Amino acid sequence: MATELKVAWGPRKENVYLGKSTLRMDGAEKASGQAKYTADTNPKDCLVAKLLTFKGGAGKVKALDLEPATKVPGVKAVYAFVKVGDDLNWDGSLVAAVAAERQEQAEDGVRAIKFAFDAAAHFVDEDDLATATKLHNDQTADVLKKYPEEVRKLADADKAKLSDDDKKKLAEYQAALTAASRIKPLGENTKGDVAAALKTAAVVHKGYYGIATISHMCLEPHGAAARFEGNKLNVNLSTQNVSGTAGQFAGPLGMDQADVTVTCLYVGGGFGSKFAADEWGVAAAKMSKETGRPVRLMLDRATELKVAGTRPSGFAEVTIAADKDGKIVAWDSHHWGSNGGLKGGTLNLAQYPYVFQFDNVNRKATGLMTNAGPDRAWRAPPHPQLCALTDTAIDDIAAKLGKSSVDVFLANIDKTNEKLQATYTAEIKRAAELIGWSKKWHAHGKGGAGPVKKGLGMAIHTWGGAAHAATCTVRINPDGSVESLSGTQDIGTGTRTAIAMVLGETFGLPLEAVKVRYGSSVYPRSGPSGGSTTIGGVTGPNRRAALAALSKLFDVVAEKHKVKGESLKAKDGKIWSDGKEVCTWKAACGLLGMMGIETQGEGPKNDGLTSAQVGGVQMADVSVDTETGIVRINQFVAVQDCGMIINEQLAKSQVYGGLIMGIAYSLTEEQILDNKTGRYINADLENYKLPRIGDIGELIVEMYQPDSEYERGVIGLGEPPVIACGAAISNAVANAIGVRVPTIPLTPKRVLDALKAAKA
Amino acid sequence: MRDLRDETIPQNGSGVNRRDFLRGSGAAVAVTALATSEQGAVAQDTKKSVRTAEPQDITLNVNGKDHKLKVENRVTLLDALRDDLNLTGCKDVCDTTNCGACTVLIDGKVTYACTRLAVECVGKKIVTVESLAANDPVIAGFVKHDAMQCGFCTPGFVMATKAYCDKNPGATLDQVRKGLGGNICRCGTYVGITACAMELVKKGGK
Repeated sequence: MATELKVAWGPRKENVYLGKSTLRMDGAEKASGQAKYTADTNPKDCLVAKLLTFKGGAGKVKALDLEPATKVPGVKAVYAFVKVGDDLNWDGSLVAAVAAERQEQAEDGVRAIKFAFDAAAHFVDEDDLATATKLHNDQTADVLKKYPEEVRKLADADKAKLSDDDKKKLAEYQAALTAASRIKPLGENTKGDVAAALKTAAVVHKGYYGIATISHMCLEPHGAAARFEGNKLNVNLSTQNVSGTAGQFAGPLGMDQADVTVTCLYVGGGFGSKFAADEWGVAAAKMSKETGRPVRLMLDRATELKVAGTRPSGFAEVTIAADKDGKIVAWDSHHWGSNGGLKGGTLNLAQYPYVFQFDNVNRKATGLMTNAGPDRAWRAPPHPQLCALTDTAIDDIAAKLGKSSVDVFLANIDKTNEKLQATYTAEIKRAAELIGWSKKWHAHGKGGAGPVKKGLGMAIHTWGGAAHAATCTVRINPDGSVESLSGTQDIGTGTRTAIAMVLGETFGLPLEAVKVRYGSSVYPRSGPSGGSTTIGGVTGPNRRAALAALSKLFDVVAEKHKVKGESLKAKDGKIWSDGKEVCTWKAACGLLGMMGIETQGEGPKNDGLTSAQVGGVQMADVSVDTETGIVRINQFVAVQDCGMIINEQLAKSQVYGGLIMGIAYSLTEEQILDNKTGRYINADLENYKLPRIGDIGELIVEMYQPDSEYERGVIGLGEPPVIACGAAISNAVANAIGVRVPTIPLTPKRVLDALKAAKA
Repeated sequence: MRDLRDETIPQNGSGVNRRDFLRGSGAAVAVTALATSEQGAVAQDTKKSVRTAEPQDITLNVNGKDHKLKVENRVTLLDALRDDLNLTGCKDVCDTTNCGACTVLIDGKVTYACTRLAVECVGKKIVTVESLAANDPVIAGFVKHDAMQCGFCTPGFVMATKAYCDKNPGATLDQVRKGLGGNICRCGTYVGITACAMELVKKGGK
């Protein structure tokens, strides 16, 4: 009779590995430079490709001649991304690529290309709703004037019945309307009665809040190294999506997906921007096909910042009202922003205000079309922006009431997700203890007599983090070794370590005995690493497959040793029956035939191994120099729940990383587009400011881990800790200086401007 | 990796930036200070027509071994290490001497490999991260404190940490933070790196 093993995690107290700290298994490879990233792909005959990009706000290709590049010594292939007449809609748009024997020769080739463009009108001021609206209205009026009524009326006619000439006229008219567009209404809705609530409120506050666009700034830029072997294409791709990108090469190259293998063992940062093959990856593959040589194409730093992903901006005018106890009674907002790429999107209306479901809400959203590189998912999209435009307004109400922000947030916790209310309450209390809130807190604006003012701020967040769809294969070999195979990736999360821990725990084996194979599209498919879905995504299927394999092994052991399968346990490299040693793991595996055991795991399933939805609370203690405008972090506290933890040390690393990225976007980093030239003027690591090791203050991280969290199963953790940072830090600055610095990042200039405006 | 067209913009008022100088230095181009963007554009056009010097044979001493290679004068040490010697532990990240991902030691001094031409380094002792033994205390410390996530900046930080801690036993937290301020991490691993460096300086830097 087959041994049945219940699919579940074991009792928390009995775990050998799970929930404890285990060193990252590939740490030494990374630290010693042995780890090979896509950018490090360098076979002997590898060609290196460089890009020619557009420098301007908008334009049309007037001339493009790649021929001179082909005459440059060392150049082996050229590739055009655009043709004459094509639109170039933002700074950094790709024009052409040149592959050569050496980098410097590829650069010579790029310089030799004859390229010219006609400049077109651009608009990049993503916070300037008034100008965008005026431009939109003026330009649209011009289009309506230019096209006679009979053409405009074609839009309402039955398209099937239109003549070819009419179709052409209509298409021209509609293209002109699209080109004239600068804003897009994205809905408005109402709940309850805001006007009535405002009349009876104890306090009303009107505020303007903003958060700028940032770039992903992956230190390993996006790129691919492609090589053909016969008719088969192998691509080393810097990706968060090993299992999902082969088809994106196969399509454009006119080949079968089955003939494409994507490999990525190490990726130098993605943060949500590396899910696709991308046009430059396809270009590398095409140039490899043409030359019969491997071709490596990594974006240069400026192009990486301009076109390989941004986090969209958000700006809001908010009216918020509360009763005398700080309970929010009304919310009225209009928010706007740009997600680049002339897409006209902004933060999701339905998610704003963030976390809190107030009784009386009016809200409205408008998207701006700006000539900026298109957005890509950025760690917890779009929660950091929503949080920054919500929790700041709540803090301003606290300031107006003269109340502690902690008290006002607690007063409104009943308006959050019912399942998270107890967690938020416990986390707020714990975070307040850790930062010494009650001792340090003072009313807004009472940050001390000297020029350097101190302040405290807080914010709260939520994230789903459900497991992604994934499969895996688990093998127990006759020699006792075990393997896991899956087409997942380790983007820094510690995927490889987490899988080894699950198998080590399930089989009672040391981690070194577990071979984790991942990072290739030939392995069983596993979801992309985005949205904090990976650790749940890989641990669930591996646990299921491992338990299925173990039950098969127990069947064999039970028969051979005349014991009951249900009585067996695998621990410390041995098989035990009711506490008595039966045989070693190796001896048990020796009973298997040549084929050993191979099982498949799948997920997600509703068996309790994984679940979703976390909270999280952050509190910041800052100093603001009112003479220089410089904000320093003194302490930054995060208390974070995440269900069952797989590896405590790596879990904390995720939270530290979130806080540091949060400090970056709160204080220094932003995409700066110049409306005169349309250029991204700080697209380098000198002027795109990231914090250094001395700029982060003291970080205090505590994982919220009562047994009730363990019982929830695994929930992803990558995104939540980066969400509340902006609002928490902005609130601390407001508490210190008594003035809201409206837009994040809180650069010295913005701080000084806010102080000056308050005096005026 | 560079954004070539950006180099038509004069930087720091000189009109010729470091890259232009590096690239042009093998040729007979006059590097004079230019004041306006028009002049900068002219300089760029002039540069296009200038032939660079032929590649030359040089010997670089890297990690105690002599390596013969043939490179043009304009090739940086970083590109020579990565492309010619396949020593890819030093990473090409910013190309503007800001991030430290390409940190190596030259005659014992911590240096960004993107700031040196390969031909300048003939006769010097170059040490890269690949020279460190598997049980090197700095690597072990980075692993112990999980001072990495994606790992791309990590080898540069390891070299910076090694150089700093070897020379500054007993350094304080503030000193360590200043001493390692030449490198940038995007994932946010500074807490682990600081803990690792503090442990090393307490142990006397080794």
